Amino acid sequence: MGLSVVGRTASTTILGGAYEMWLQGEQLTGALVGFCAVLAPAGYLLFMLTLLLATRRSPAPQWVGEILRWAHHFQLWSMLEVMMLGILVALIKIAELATVDAGIGMFAVGALLLLFPAIMVNFDMRDIWERVEWADGDIATPGAPATPAVQPMP
Amino acid sequence: MNTATSTAAQAGLVACESCGLLSRPVNAALPGFCRRCGEALEFRRHRSIETTWALIIAAAICYIPANALPVLVTTTFGSPEDDTILGGVIYLYASGSWPLALIVLIASVMIPLGKLVALAYLLVSVQRGSVKSNRERTRLYRTVNLIGRWSMLDVFVATFTVALVQLQPLMSVTPGTGVLFFAAVVVLTMLAAESFDPRLIWDSASSRRARHD
Repeated sequence: MGLSVVGRTASTTILGGAYEMWLQGEQLTGALVGFCAVLAPAGYLLFMLTLLLATRRSPAPQWVGEILRWAHHFQLWSMLEVMMLGILVALIKIAELATVDAGIGMFAVGALLLLFPAIMVNFDMRDIWERVEWADGDIATPGAPATPAVQPMP
Repeated sequence: MNTATSTAAQAGLVACESCGLLSRPVNAALPGFCRRCGEALEFRRHRSIETTWALIIAAAICYIPANALPVLVTTTFGSPEDDTILGGVIYLYASGSWPLALIVLIASVMIPLGKLVALAYLLVSVQRGSVKSNRERTRLYRTVNLIGRWSMLDVFVATFTVALVQLQPLMSVTPGTGVLFFAAVVVLTMLAAESFDPRLIWDSASSRRARHD
């Protein structure tokens, strides 16, 4: 995004926004914004990619389950759509004072915004869990009984 | 009122919260670990009510400075001006963009407040062993979980306003202390919604005996 007022211009990126917040003395808020807007979506995509590649082999190794759990946590804190609305509100507020130009990044965020829900709609966690190697050593079988007995751990 | 007469816990079954695998632990007092994913099994989340209460109370305390303290300090030609969250809404409304004002009002005032009230209501009704409108209460919980993230809106608005409006010496915007408290409210209410165990809602419906520990 770029901004210009009477010859002076300023531009920023998403991480730049979080960093600016950090510099202005709001380290915690900056870190939170950086996490929710960049780290969480990136982590989510990375984990999803890893686990989708890993489940091509059957049975999938145990650590896929761990990654799946992480992807789930990251999904909760990934707030791209909220961030986009936040950017819009901020831009409209500023638009009265200055001219605002959207950069390529802006369109990329727009594309991500459409792709993220598409991923979530198409992805079924249960599908992955069915392929994952069991923690107690059993190999996942599609027709396995749904209610196995569990031994209490000492 | 409703047809649910027994819960999985009464049948001695427990679903893994991580992978969803249903298990029948041999010893109900020691459910052990999920055979598939290795996660510790729990019939009901440990200390769910206490944790949720603690987080809600902390969020409610943070909510006061979040609204009273400025979130943005705008400096135009050397004269600083404070902006609170409500001030921002009023500014948007006054400048003619009332749909935006409404969005910000809903996201940053009504959603956090609504979440606090809704979670407190769920906790109180669970603790009193209420058997009424379980379905509605479950729906309320899902709604709280779904819309909670939207209250981060104002934090993002503040961040990008700060990042973009750095046109020294003409005009600059710095974040106020309110932002930190506001972000704390959002994070705390999200954690509170996560720590609440919706299965508790159905416990008193099937048995008057309180099952939560």
